[in-house]
Amino acid sequence: MNVDQDTFRQALLDPQAPRPAGLSDGHGQDAGRRFDVYRNNVTVALADALETAFPTIAKLVGAQNFKLLATAYLRQHPPTSPLMMFYGKEMPAFLQSFEPTKSIGYLPDIARLELALRHSYHAADASPLDPSVLQSTPPDTLMASKLKLAPATRLVRSQWPIFAIWAFNTLPGAPKPTMSAQDTLILRPDLDPEPHLLPPGGGAFVAALLEGTLLADAIETATNEDPAFDLSAMLALLLSNNALTDLKD
Amino acid sequence: MFDENPRPIDRLPNAPGVGYKPQHFTAITNDPGVVGWLEVHAENYMGDGGRPLAQLRHLAETFAISAHGVGLSIGGETRLDPDHLSRLKHLNDWLQPASFSEHLAWSTHGAEFLNDLLPLPYTEATVNRVADHVDELQETVGRKMLLENPSSYLAFTESTMSETDFLREIARRTGCGLLLDVNNVFVSATNLDTDPIAYIDDFPLDHVGEIHLGGHDEDEDDHGAPLLIDSHGREVADPVWTLYDYVISKGGVRPTLIEWDNDVPDWPTLEAEAQRAQVILQKAAA
Repeated sequence: MNVDQDTFRQALLDPQAPRPAGLSDGHGQDAGRRFDVYRNNVTVALADALETAFPTIAKLVGAQNFKLLATAYLRQHPPTSPLMMFYGKEMPAFLQSFEPTKSIGYLPDIARLELALRHSYHAADASPLDPSVLQSTPPDTLMASKLKLAPATRLVRSQWPIFAIWAFNTLPGAPKPTMSAQDTLILRPDLDPEPHLLPPGGGAFVAALLEGTLLADAIETATNEDPAFDLSAMLALLLSNNALTDLKD
Repeated sequence: MFDENPRPIDRLPNAPGVGYKPQHFTAITNDPGVVGWLEVHAENYMGDGGRPLAQLRHLAETFAISAHGVGLSIGGETRLDPDHLSRLKHLNDWLQPASFSEHLAWSTHGAEFLNDLLPLPYTEATVNRVADHVDELQETVGRKMLLENPSSYLAFTESTMSETDFLREIARRTGCGLLLDVNNVFVSATNLDTDPIAYIDDFPLDHVGEIHLGGHDEDEDDHGAPLLIDSHGREVADPVWTLYDYVISKGGVRPTLIEWDNDVPDWPTLEAEAQRAQVILQKAAA
């Protein structure tokens, strides 16, 4: 009896499926629960990978619940690439439809934040723009330029206080979250990605820059969203975190 | 007299190495002890930048590096993933590791990556498929690779040849070298109730470019027979050290890796394992 890899895979991720025939203990007896070593290896390794990727989600739902959630996720969404560091991209949508979590509105955005942190960590390195270039560029030229952001920059906009929820579960002494919409910007000054809570208009501004909008238009977008938008504070945040890499007309 | 662009170290020394874990970076750069080389899982260094690549570039200036793939699915029934082949080529091109290895196993099914080293029946059809895949990989990355023997928890009734004959045939057809995992030999022999010494006696030791040693856990099957699990989560077991001693006395010294991937210990504990390997290597070299 030949065991093809289709049969093996079906039984691997479906604990209800019969174990494949044609497997033995090497001495004529059926392999029995020896097959379960592979079932267990696959499930545990993928669940561990998810826990590494989503520590805040795990903390929010609790370790036991996260195991159940991870097992359901990995059966529905096995990895599609050997790069396990990027496993879990369907997690936000999964949390939205998974019965036990679908009523927790902010969870999908927390998952987006954690995915963004992971991608920022592995993003390409880039040399920062010399701050004197900004100062020496005539204002008109500057306004008609595009500011290029470092590849490790990630923006996560949310109707929920996701920065505060992330911080409360990650940083010792962070205050308890209160309800507000929060835009979070992940910057990587060197090798460690750090989330920053954006001030009013900041999310709209960075979103515009990421789309390649001219600086003048990005400022207008940000000010339209919130008249309190503070350009110099925003540029200081980007410059001090090595997030600006180029100025292009 | 100083080479501004040092060439990568192009071979693994016949010394102990360890599986590199980022938490050991500072300890290793301060004082590696007897550890003479490092192995990394290739897939962990396929991002675009950041800390993983920065650390690896730094370590490669001092240490010979072995790039050990865990994701290509050489034993898969379908064609090798061209994207992953390109990534492996890219890694080999920039890192130029002293050694490059992969597993006799499958892990990809259609579009899915199952993240485990799954077993293969030892048949003529499997030989043909694995040899083709090893050829394709070696041609793509432009270098010889080492193929590692698996841990077995079960056997395929359809198998028509021994694992040692299977590996010998792959090495003969493709010119690849072999990576002998001595813990895997012990785990498989215990699980399938065969003789590990007979396995080593039949293994083509001349083809071995690297040895792995790792820890295993103990369980049992439905009939109460011992079932060892290749867990890489603890010290190398005493009978595995004995078997390793036998391999070295028979086949000569080889670069020897301590693999400890789960419940990773502090650096002194890991380095102490490397010292145990060093004692056996030095005894054989004397």
